[in-house]
Amino acid sequence: MNDLTPAELGASPDDADILARLRRRLAADAAGADLLDVAYTTVDTPVGPLLLAATPRGLVRVAYASEDHDQVLTTLGERLSPRILRAPARLDPVARELDEYFAGRRRTFDVPLDLGLSHGFRQLVQRHLPEIGYGETRSYGQVAALVGNPRAVRAVGTACATNPLPVVVPCHRVLRADGSLGGYIGGADAKTALLRLEAAA
Amino acid sequence: MKQPFEQVVAQHGPAVLRVCRVLLGSHDAEDAWSETFVAALRAYPDLPADANVEAWLVTIAHRKAIDVLRATGRRPLPVDELPETATDPGPPPPDDDLWAAVRALPAKQRQAVAYRYVAGLPYAEIAAILGGSTDAARRAAADGIKNLRTTYPGLLTEGARS
Repeated sequence: MNDLTPAELGASPDDADILARLRRRLAADAAGADLLDVAYTTVDTPVGPLLLAATPRGLVRVAYASEDHDQVLTTLGERLSPRILRAPARLDPVARELDEYFAGRRRTFDVPLDLGLSHGFRQLVQRHLPEIGYGETRSYGQVAALVGNPRAVRAVGTACATNPLPVVVPCHRVLRADGSLGGYIGGADAKTALLRLEAAA
Repeated sequence: MKQPFEQVVAQHGPAVLRVCRVLLGSHDAEDAWSETFVAALRAYPDLPADANVEAWLVTIAHRKAIDVLRATGRRPLPVDELPETATDPGPPPPDDDLWAAVRALPAKQRQAVAYRYVAGLPYAEIAAILGGSTDAARRAAADGIKNLRTTYPGLLTEGARS
């Protein structure tokens, strides 16, 4: 007979394993019942851990660690739905494509995207960013021209800075007119790393 | 502000599992846990932001446990009786004595003990779940602990753990 306090009633030494299994089952049950509004996982990459989040429509958010993943999830809860679970299965295809990308074996991403976090001109810019090919760069002004609004240089900068899908939607390929780096949501080091990766491949 | 459901599971999943075990025994606890959290996920967007999340989850678990018992038509905390012909009964379940003691409690006392001592709910919340007064909930929990100590002396006084 073991001594225990009333609070320990019902505890089992295997609880950590059992709960891990139950949480995987919950993620699967939730997806099956159309209750998994936002699935997420994190993947390790050469630019640090990336948070990947997807709605049933597609990949909705890629976030650098510097953005604070907990904060990003809280914001997703407010803007999309609080029905958020760690459920890596839905992110498997994009995680695989990111692996291939960082290994230099992939030049474009072809997973479905959900651009529901951006609107109007920002979303228009983000839709056009994949037209900048792998290993190429454009200036903010050139992107403004690309979307048919050549004077909206500053607004293009904002659209790039608020890109909810960095890496996959290649805002890192947009530089200042003088060729200097410009800002980046993942920081200058990450932008440089991505550009070097693409230049080397 | 409402936290992502994943954090609700991380924060309250362990206590809800222990509650389900006290209500149903290990055998049915995992199914009850799963059904509780799927139902909670479904209703989560409509939960008021200032609600007591633990009490809300325990209320759902309470109903799911009743459903499980009703569906199986079995007595709470079934004794896993082995057939007479079994030659190898296998290893005994952990804390067999404890489960025997929990199993012997009347349902209200077992529920009150689970909600007070395992989930840590205030008696007012427990009364809302069980029906009846706050005093009745307090009495049921106290009687449950007293009965458990009689049959399972290893149950320590709260805070007196050595």
